[in-house]
Amino acid sequence: MDDFKQLTVDSIGAGLRAKRFSARELAREALRVAEAENRASGVYLSFTPERALAAADRVDAELAAGAEIGPLAGVPLAVKDVIMTRGEKTTCASRALERFVAPYDATAVERVERAGAVIVGKTNCDEFAMGSSNENSAFFPVRNPAAPDRVPGGSSGGSAAAVAGGYAPISLGSDTGGSIRQPASFCGAVGIMPTYGRVSRYGLVAFASSLDHIGPFSRTVKDSALLLGTIAGPDPLDSTAASAPVPDYAGELNAQVRGLKIGIPKEYYGEGLEHAVGTKVQAGVDLLRGLGCEPVEISLPHTRYAIASYYLICTAEASSNLARYDGVRYSRRSEGSGTLREMYRNSRAEGFGPEVTRRIILGTYVLSSGYYDAYYRKAQEVRALIARDFAEAFETVDAIVTPVSPFPAFKLGEKTSDPLQMYLSDIYTITGSLAGIAGMSVPCGTTQEGLPVGMQILTNHFQEQTMLNLGHAFEQAGGFEG
Amino acid sequence: MKITPEEVQHIAALANLRLSGADIERYTRDLEEILSYVDQLNELDTSGVEPMAQVLHEGNAAQLRTDEQGRSFDQQTALRCAPLPGEGHFKVPRVIER
Repeated sequence: MDDFKQLTVDSIGAGLRAKRFSARELAREALRVAEAENRASGVYLSFTPERALAAADRVDAELAAGAEIGPLAGVPLAVKDVIMTRGEKTTCASRALERFVAPYDATAVERVERAGAVIVGKTNCDEFAMGSSNENSAFFPVRNPAAPDRVPGGSSGGSAAAVAGGYAPISLGSDTGGSIRQPASFCGAVGIMPTYGRVSRYGLVAFASSLDHIGPFSRTVKDSALLLGTIAGPDPLDSTAASAPVPDYAGELNAQVRGLKIGIPKEYYGEGLEHAVGTKVQAGVDLLRGLGCEPVEISLPHTRYAIASYYLICTAEASSNLARYDGVRYSRRSEGSGTLREMYRNSRAEGFGPEVTRRIILGTYVLSSGYYDAYYRKAQEVRALIARDFAEAFETVDAIVTPVSPFPAFKLGEKTSDPLQMYLSDIYTITGSLAGIAGMSVPCGTTQEGLPVGMQILTNHFQEQTMLNLGHAFEQAGGFEG
Repeated sequence: MKITPEEVQHIAALANLRLSGADIERYTRDLEEILSYVDQLNELDTSGVEPMAQVLHEGNAAQLRTDEQGRSFDQQTALRCAPLPGEGHFKVPRVIER
């Protein structure tokens, strides 16, 4: 078989059609490699071998019958464990849902399986997708494939490491404040937060409903384009899934990028940005200039208020969303509690880890009587100003290019003692989340220590095609190697 | 922004969380630090700014589906997820005194 760890969607399709390997062989190899290394990598929380082999056999049967197969057919795919997979555990990396088996499929899961993708397992993440390092998993940490003593980023650390570490060529993650883009940058993968509403959230366990997105990880921009095209589009089961038509992202990937105006927001290249990251991203911008794009300095003046606004809104929404884990309907119940109230309190105390508890407390506080206007409403007003910054910028530029994170992957344990410092590291990704626009992290080389650096490409609502075309042109020009 | 342990205790009760003494101390400190940080939002004059309560934009909003009866879970499927089902219900500690 071809080197499994290097496979892409394209090379798998070619291999299957040429009968160099079967979908079943590929699925077994994906499971074998991932299981053998999981103790060291921490990437998967569970494997789904029966489901994988059944899906692979369907693809092999189609091939044997001489049928045309779609691009994702037979492609092993990892799914973040906050996304529902019917009949399989969906734990959100939380003790509260340790034994929960999903009773239905997320729309994104249903769509990738209909396209023939082979789900091999559920990936590790921060508990309920709350975190920037994957260290908030209730079970075990994920290690960065580029440097095992470092974090993979978070919260979709397992899905990023699955792709970068060679366990699956594509995966699904979720992004609320950077949870796809930041681990993609830390691990050296492509990762996309689509426009809010582009991909149905049905079956994504809710953290902050006005900010949550499902999105793809991959090794190439084209593979993310294929995966995004498969999961995007309206869904009667999610009233926020937009009706805007879905372009043929992969088919239009080679469209001209020459002449595109690229906004370089000065607020993203100043204080706090590590030199090693800044120089790589600057080199990336220079490469885009070489491709005929026109970089223009712009200003997004409310950037510095984004983290404060975000952590008020996301915790408020989280405190409300996580009220459902009461130990009655599907989450862990504490044994031997005398009264109903004690049962609720004990079940939640046993179920939630420290970061989830912290966010519920903050969110409950800012929504509590007398504080609503001072905190939640104020944060929503500032969110409007941040969205307006982007709207004004996109009147003159086609895309905005920034770093993804101020620094590369840090060491396990390095930032766990100070929650606020961890929050501050999300500065470059949170703004796009608040505005509801599209964002992507593409690799742009490594630091001298060999740590991957990501470059963020942001485009306006539903302008994923421009973002993908820029990323693809960048990749084709050798930008991933830096 | 000064936060007292009593306030954290009160918030935890509202959120149905049981906290130990050490937890309360820790979250009091964290909450104080985070709320001091978010105070910077008050530097901005937001009078006249409409709060952003809606992310989707006009023209891209979802189309509401027709209101038709559809398929849903049966009782068994829903109850299979529960830690303690019984007699077609979710069982909980007694809430009504006889």
